[in-house]
Amino acid sequence: MRRAEVVTISVLLAVLFGLLFWATQGPLAGLISVAVVAVLGTTLSWFLRRRFRAWRYRERNEDLIVARGVMVQRLSVVPYGRMQFVEVTAGPVERLFQLSTVKLHTAAAASDARIPGLERDEAARLRDRLTELGESMAAGM
Amino acid sequence: MRLHPLTPIARVGRLVPALVLLLLVSTVHSKAENRTVETDYLIAFTLLSAVYGYIHWMVTRWRFEGGTLRIETGLIRKDSRRLPLARIQAVDIVRPLLARLLGVSELRIRLAGSGGTDGKLAYLSEAQAAELRLVLLAGHIDTGAAPSSNTGLPMASVDTARLLASVFLSLVTIVVIGTVSALAILDQFEPKTAAAAAGFLAVYLLSAAGVIWRRLSGQYNFTAVEAPEGVRIRRGLLQTISETVPYGRIQAVRQVEPLLWRPFGWCRLEVDVAGATERNQRGEGASVVRKALLPVGSQQDSWHLLARLLGGPDPERTSPPGRARFKAPLSFHFLSAGHDAGHAVCVTGRLNRATTWVPLEKSQSIRRVQGPLQRPLGLATVHVDVAGKRARAEFRDRAVDEADQLVAELTALSRSARLRNRKAAPPPSGDAAPSGWYPDPAGRHEQRYWHEGRWTEHVADGGRRSADAPTSSR
Repeated sequence: MRRAEVVTISVLLAVLFGLLFWATQGPLAGLISVAVVAVLGTTLSWFLRRRFRAWRYRERNEDLIVARGVMVQRLSVVPYGRMQFVEVTAGPVERLFQLSTVKLHTAAAASDARIPGLERDEAARLRDRLTELGESMAAGM
Repeated sequence: MRLHPLTPIARVGRLVPALVLLLLVSTVHSKAENRTVETDYLIAFTLLSAVYGYIHWMVTRWRFEGGTLRIETGLIRKDSRRLPLARIQAVDIVRPLLARLLGVSELRIRLAGSGGTDGKLAYLSEAQAAELRLVLLAGHIDTGAAPSSNTGLPMASVDTARLLASVFLSLVTIVVIGTVSALAILDQFEPKTAAAAAGFLAVYLLSAAGVIWRRLSGQYNFTAVEAPEGVRIRRGLLQTISETVPYGRIQAVRQVEPLLWRPFGWCRLEVDVAGATERNQRGEGASVVRKALLPVGSQQDSWHLLARLLGGPDPERTSPPGRARFKAPLSFHFLSAGHDAGHAVCVTGRLNRATTWVPLEKSQSIRRVQGPLQRPLGLATVHVDVAGKRARAEFRDRAVDEADQLVAELTALSRSARLRNRKAAPPPSGDAAPSGWYPDPAGRHEQRYWHEGRWTEHVADGGRRSADAPTSSR
């Protein structure tokens, strides 16, 4: 689990805003905006670090457990047999750090089994394993 | 065989209200000189659709071919369907207003293992439709019992007076009446403001009136009848619909008691029925339709239906701990939930008290959620999700240790409920098992069709059918 992407985004944003305000409003405004974005970014990354630290998953014999959240703590138990398909996505920033998100879809819209920020190999392994288990225990609707 | 000769008229007739509306709008908006042009367009359009309807009728044919019903249609894009009689699950008859006036009805055929309409015959004469329906259902040997015609064991019906009263006592109606009377009062003192407000609110009022009208006409003359394959519902004022809710596809049952109905002891019974599992774009949630099984009824009607649907005693319910009052001060009074080996049941809501039953074998996932308000109170909510967007049972605001225990217990119970369901498969050597869809013994697909003592090549995955020869022949 990584939160590097948040840091990257906030650094990028800081530079962007800094340059923007420097160009339009003068150097002082530029520095202030950099500072503001840096503070915001640090707070946000602190929140997100907590959030990502709280993100756990465990493969059990018959189901996958995903727990997440700091403020609102959620825990989902999804039986492999109910899985409809597995989705692996990787956004541009995630790709930069060789990470991907694995999402498990069931017929219920509410079951919320998403595991972000997995190393690419781990994501591929998890995907294959889930698919295999899902096929062998398929129960559909 | 061809469809009924009045088919083109009935088909084009469906467009008439829209055309009339268009005509009205255009006459109101345009000056005299333009009007002729627009009317010309409309006439041309009507003619075109009439010609299309006629051609469609010309090229549509249906016939029986051995054990299948074959429907062929299309002039440019040919469409030919074969519906094996043995796999027909339900036949619905739909009669829109115009079709009723012309004495024709539409036949919708659903196959086992899919949720949507697989075949449609629009339109047939009424007698022919009823007869064909019986013929189609007679070829359906699943149930063993003689196919019931339109008669069956009546389960519930709604009389017009109660329907009217219940619609009148709904939120929409009260808002509409309130708004209209407020406008009327305002009109006495400040006609200008009232007129402006009326103009502003007209759209909303009209759409609300539409909602009320749909409720009235859709649920008019509602009867539920018990049939071997499910609950058969007949309803409708202008368009009569007869449809079947198959028992096996019910994901959740909800009993709703709105505040205004409670003095009369009325309630509404809704079921969530899984349809075709065609995924939407995000792939989230199969299409699950919420259907009224009883638009308005007394507690007795409701309990009667529930007993038939759940097929077991009602699980015992318990209330959350007293400290949940701080988190849910309004609805605490009603909150309760419980479960047994087969079902989970919960009560939520204050204004609309809703009791939801969920069969555990249908549960898709179990979730435990603890919000920032619940943590200091030591409470947590456990959800049992079933297919669909809205259907779930909520064990709201339970003590933390109880919630943890619930998660473990419900997970285990759902698993054993699923396994029990699977054991219903016939043994590959058993021969007397009735034809039908059963879990694939090879495990490659969700279901495989069992017919006359052997497995066939027909398989289904999430409602999609395909062919794959069985490997282990006996």
